[in-house]
Amino acid sequence: MSGETVKLLGHWASPFALRVIWALKLKEIEYEYVGEDLPNKSPLLLEYNPVHKKIPVLVHGGKPIAESLVILEYLDEAWKHNPILPDDPYERAQARFWARFVDEKCMPSIMSAFTKKGEEKEKAAKEARENFKILESGLGKKQFFGGESVGFVDIAAGWIGLWTRMVEEIADVNIIDTAMMPLLESWFQRVLQVPILKECLPPQDKVLERFKGFHKFLTGGSS
Amino acid sequence: MGEEVKLFAVWGSPFSRRVEMALKLKGVEYEYIEVDLQNKSDLLLKYNPVHKKIPVLVHNGKPIAESVVILEYIDETWKGFPLLPKDPYQRAMARFWAKFIEEKCMPALFKCAGTEDREKAVEEACELLKLLENELEDKKFFGGENIGFVDIVADFIGGYWLRDIQEIVGVKILTRENLPKLCEWSDEFVNHVVIKENLPPRDKLIAYFRTRFGPKP
Repeated sequence: MSGETVKLLGHWASPFALRVIWALKLKEIEYEYVGEDLPNKSPLLLEYNPVHKKIPVLVHGGKPIAESLVILEYLDEAWKHNPILPDDPYERAQARFWARFVDEKCMPSIMSAFTKKGEEKEKAAKEARENFKILESGLGKKQFFGGESVGFVDIAAGWIGLWTRMVEEIADVNIIDTAMMPLLESWFQRVLQVPILKECLPPQDKVLERFKGFHKFLTGGSS
Repeated sequence: MGEEVKLFAVWGSPFSRRVEMALKLKGVEYEYIEVDLQNKSDLLLKYNPVHKKIPVLVHNGKPIAESVVILEYIDETWKGFPLLPKDPYQRAMARFWAKFIEEKCMPALFKCAGTEDREKAVEEACELLKLLENELEDKKFFGGENIGFVDIVADFIGGYWLRDIQEIVGVKILTRENLPKLCEWSDEFVNHVVIKENLPPRDKLIAYFRTRFGPKP
């Protein structure tokens, strides 16, 4: 297993690629990074992910796997060192539940708050706040979703506080409400203090510029 | 063994049927609790406060929600009749296709039952199902010789749900002309010894679909 090469097709600004990088680093897996120049998708990407044509794609010994959460599970099963998911099936189910919640509820509501205007924007922001409040219930009083150390959900969602702050700034909207979600907010900060996670973050000023560009494009240019 | 397994479900839901199929295939005894979606019990709301939906599996008092999460839990807890393959790469492929069915196929199929831009919705659904069919290749089931994770997640497509809805709504999506291999797979699916005992009563389902999707007087 360790003899075969590992390649990651990613994009410097993608939080989904970041998930995979975090997992690779935490599990001390050597890999070759291939940065895609989106939207000019390389022939390699189209060959390795013909269904979705998206990054991240992990290629292990020439065999491709797409979808970041699927990749995380694969990494954990193929490399036993520094497990990301807990051993206990019930705890594993909880981890999977919360990672899905982030992707299916938190992300879309944050994106809505980013792209909509006026009353619709405020409604989306309210929903995003409520989703974060619910996410907080999965964290409880733990240091990390993974317990004493980072785990599956921390890797899946650790970047979300930072990204949401950018959305708040650009779209002029409030999503992270300290009074409403104190435990989650302190997790947002704590998780990014973990050295391995912190050192992999893309340059935030560049990400902000990119987001500003998207915002202009998606909202028709008005600020 | 003193295990207590409860399932909160709805008779016609492909999502809770997935869980029942998994439990039955593994020979796990469970208590079935029918939920009235118009009048959700306090117990359901206690066990699934986040989504307030079915299915919810409660194992020795501990609740798990989201059908695909439940399937993985069942596979990890009861070892007989494995749903996912052993090999990590094959497992990744199964999870990938399960996600594809959930996130792409199901929403596209539901759109076909709606009234907006139906022709376009049908075209998109057919394209997505074509991709799924390609994944089947020459296998009897997505799981190979026997039913597996992906087959169960695809129950809406393989079971009678899609067939009956498309007839009632008057669209052609899963047809022998369009998707011959997928049709063949769905025949195998509904005839599987365990699955066939675990599909909702067809006449009851058709009556429900007529009310929900049929032409309004």
